[in-house]
Amino acid sequence: MITVALDKTADDARPWIEAASPTHPTLIDPRHVLADLYNVVNVPTIFWIDERGRIVRPNDVAFGADTFKHITGLESARHLAALRAWVRGEGPALSADEVRRHQPLPTEDHQRARAEFGLGQWLWTQGRTAAAERHFVRGGELAPHDFTIRRGTMPMRGIDSMGPQFREMLQTWVGAGQPYYRPLPDTAGASGSGSAR
Amino acid sequence: MDRFTIVDDERAAEIPARLTGGRVLLDPAALKDTLGWEMHDGLLCSDAMCIPVADDAALVREGGIDLEGFARTLDRALAVDVEEHAAFLGGSARERAQALASQHAPDFTLPDLDGRPHSLSEQRGKKILLVAWASW
Repeated sequence: MITVALDKTADDARPWIEAASPTHPTLIDPRHVLADLYNVVNVPTIFWIDERGRIVRPNDVAFGADTFKHITGLESARHLAALRAWVRGEGPALSADEVRRHQPLPTEDHQRARAEFGLGQWLWTQGRTAAAERHFVRGGELAPHDFTIRRGTMPMRGIDSMGPQFREMLQTWVGAGQPYYRPLPDTAGASGSGSAR
Repeated sequence: MDRFTIVDDERAAEIPARLTGGRVLLDPAALKDTLGWEMHDGLLCSDAMCIPVADDAALVREGGIDLEGFARTLDRALAVDVEEHAAFLGGSARERAQALASQHAPDFTLPDLDGRPHSLSEQRGKKILLVAWASW
């Protein structure tokens, strides 16, 4: 297991990591390198990668516990059971065809949004926060479904990421019929031995 | 000449530039010294490769290298802040999409809490659960 925190500083992620006292690498990614390479648009996003370095479960949403189940509607048990079965060799990953079907690919506008994030993040590290703000906003306009930009920059902009501005953004988005979380459909990976259920 | 900062991955290169009519014209010699790219014979070249330039006039203007044309020739996403004299060269949509479509997990190197770097490729041979999360 490898975890990557899309946080503005190591200190933002530190309390959670130290409380978990993990044995696996727990990495910090203020520049959103992972989001750029893997087309991550929200957290949590998980990937399964096999022994040969191939993605065998792309961009899925899974929680490790049910702490937020009442809000997200997503249960941890299904993914954990499927993951355990895959790791033990008792259950399937996704086939190459399914991975291809479910792998989201970035557009030109999305990469421009990520460049706006990158410029804003660099300006923020230089203390040029007013300038950073306009690039974070522009990034969110170019990729409105990317909450690593729209919500993930809130801590750099002095906005409470759990507060009224976030709730308003979420209500508008969900009210327009757009999903905040994009888990793979239940059928993904279920075509193998069936033990992944 | 103004100084313009171009952020490319972790590097921030300071390059003398002229700002004219909303355009950023980079000093060619400084571009070669900092980011390693130079124009010759209709090609934009680094140590590793040469890229044919489709539209010379859009890339070389008034003796400078046009920043927008430069990013377009390299097929890189670009964000510019003329007031702040700063720009960011992002990843190419085409390259990122090709990499993900190949189903090979892109390698990356990131620091842990103590600043020690770790790479995905160090875990080759194991099944990996990769989790992106955040405190926000």
